[in-house]
Amino acid sequence: MSKQAQHWEKTRGLLMMTLAIWFVFSIGIFLFGAEMESVTGPFGYPLTYWFTCQGSLGIFVILIFWFANRQEKIDEEFGFSEREDD
Amino acid sequence: MMKGNFIDNLPKVYGIYTGGFIAFIIIMAIGEQMGMTSKAIGICFVAFTVAIYAIIGYMSRTMAADAYYVAGRQVPTVFNGMATAADWMSGASFVAMAGGIYFKGYGYMALLVGWTGGYVLVASLLAPYLRKFGCYTVPDFIGTRYGGNVSRLMAVIVLTVASFTYVTAQINATGTIASVALDIPFQYAVYVGLVSILLCSMLGGMRGVTWTQVAQYIVLIIAYLLPVFWISNKMGAGFFPHFMLADEVARIGELEQQFGFVKNSAADLANVPKGLAGITKAHSAVNATPWAFISLALAMMMGTASLPHVMMRYFTTPSVKAARKSVGWSLFFIFLLYSSAPMLATLSKLSLIDPALSTGIIGKSIAEVQAIDWYQNWNQANLMFVSDFNGNGTLELNEFFMGGKAVVLATPEIAGLPYVISGLVAAGGMAAAMSTADGLILAIANALSHDLYYKIIDPKAETAKRLVVARVLLVVIGFAGATIAAMEIQGILGSVIWAFDFAMSGLFFPLVLGVWWKRANKEGAIAGMALGLISGTAYLVWVRTGGSGFLGITQLTFGIFGSAVSLVSMVVVSLITSEPSAATQKMVDEVRVPSGKTILGKQH
Repeated sequence: MSKQAQHWEKTRGLLMMTLAIWFVFSIGIFLFGAEMESVTGPFGYPLTYWFTCQGSLGIFVILIFWFANRQEKIDEEFGFSEREDD
Repeated sequence: MMKGNFIDNLPKVYGIYTGGFIAFIIIMAIGEQMGMTSKAIGICFVAFTVAIYAIIGYMSRTMAADAYYVAGRQVPTVFNGMATAADWMSGASFVAMAGGIYFKGYGYMALLVGWTGGYVLVASLLAPYLRKFGCYTVPDFIGTRYGGNVSRLMAVIVLTVASFTYVTAQINATGTIASVALDIPFQYAVYVGLVSILLCSMLGGMRGVTWTQVAQYIVLIIAYLLPVFWISNKMGAGFFPHFMLADEVARIGELEQQFGFVKNSAADLANVPKGLAGITKAHSAVNATPWAFISLALAMMMGTASLPHVMMRYFTTPSVKAARKSVGWSLFFIFLLYSSAPMLATLSKLSLIDPALSTGIIGKSIAEVQAIDWYQNWNQANLMFVSDFNGNGTLELNEFFMGGKAVVLATPEIAGLPYVISGLVAAGGMAAAMSTADGLILAIANALSHDLYYKIIDPKAETAKRLVVARVLLVVIGFAGATIAAMEIQGILGSVIWAFDFAMSGLFFPLVLGVWWKRANKEGAIAGMALGLISGTAYLVWVRTGGSGFLGITQLTFGIFGSAVSLVSMVVVSLITSEPSAATQKMVDEVRVPSGKTILGKQH
């Protein structure tokens, strides 16, 4: 397999992982909104409420930075990263 | 002017700017103590901030195509994040969001999840690849990836429909704030707003818009966070509201139990002024079905990834790597405001309904409430209303009505903060609406001038002529938007949500599959854009004219239907027509690799 094809395979793997995490916190948990309600979440808020106003939002921020770092590592591994002076 | 070292000096420049703005707030506060009228303070806040934006806009003037279209591709990661956050957070986010949460609770908060989760899609599926492509506009990508003028034109049409729907709402919002702060009729205020918007973008294009948006972000975030923290501290709810309002949320739940949600009769409701609502839904409890919540969040997420005025912000970063990081920073800066909106809604609601607090009005006598200063002010502005439906002389929860905007605009006054904070909030709302309107008008004008005029009508046009055309279009589109806004056809929030649905119906899959599916071809893309937009629009019209809809898809989520049609038609048509040329496939391979030259040249 060519270097480029390998790079794309890894990139696609990372995408799938990123989208899976995204799916859990944007859609998955809200299937159980009513069930999570009686659980006390961080800082004492009801768990469902906490996810909608802080939890999911914060997780998305972290997820994007994590994704960007992982993708950079993949690019470096195959020598596809950009020159610093770009 | 400062060019070159301007970029290196950015932290210093905006540091001084922020310090200057805080000094201005302090001067206004001193002025208030010395007897400045609230009207004068309002005018000063709006005039001062708009003047600063205009100066930045003038200093960023340019005659180079890449500076005009993509700010010279040298906007640093963090600053592009701030600019995107301002570009993104519109009058709806700033003025209407906390109000929506206040009235509708959990069901509405799907918008918070949707408007942030979409950035994960932007970062992982699109932004870095479109940056590598080196396009000036979103239709530039569609037109080059799929080839042919028809696909480019289709993309221009979808972009225009979505962005224009959105921009009328923003000009409407600037007009509303300008009319309140400057005390002039709405019909004129709309044009005052428009002129302010054009001052930022006309001379400098994307470069001007970038640096004014950073300045606008700083104003709007200070204007949003300062009151939230202040009110929370004043009420003794906690010095860092985001982590400390659990007791207040629980207390609202208790009061809801105690008061109950009494349903008003239609005859009683007929007396309530249009646009005002009472508290009829639980504050923090789950009050929507999973599908109602998820479908709205999903539509907003896919819409986010298809809206051209957001996507084009990532064309301005120096590299592909920077584009990815920049999406993270954008969402971080958006998170600061979005995570504060529910806190503001909580503080606002509790201070109004808790009889144990001095600001609480429920349980007081109607005459007493009607005598309160702030009640009279906001009643006059048509944003508050009380009526003694049951005739017992005291105000019940179901007898108090408020406009959605009042949560952000009136809470500082209700909580007893000085007027200077209300002036600051007006300046923040103006910044939020202006920055989004600028991004949208520029997206439309750039698509028409670059893709329609230069790429399709007159490919030989010189740069100078192209940039003149771009500016003329900017003014024309601005005026068209303002004229429609002055007619006040739809509410702010409704049309914003529609814009997301239009964009996702026509553009989501053609953009994503353009990068991720090599087999996608021109015929498929055209079918996807055309049928997606048409079916989405048809569904909207059907539901609006009394159609029952299906699968629980409402007029707010019609994009789910449109984009599904778009996906199916794009895949089917692509597969029954011939695969894209070897050159196109090679181009897709190159887009997938961050290093190397962009697909389109620096100047094109």
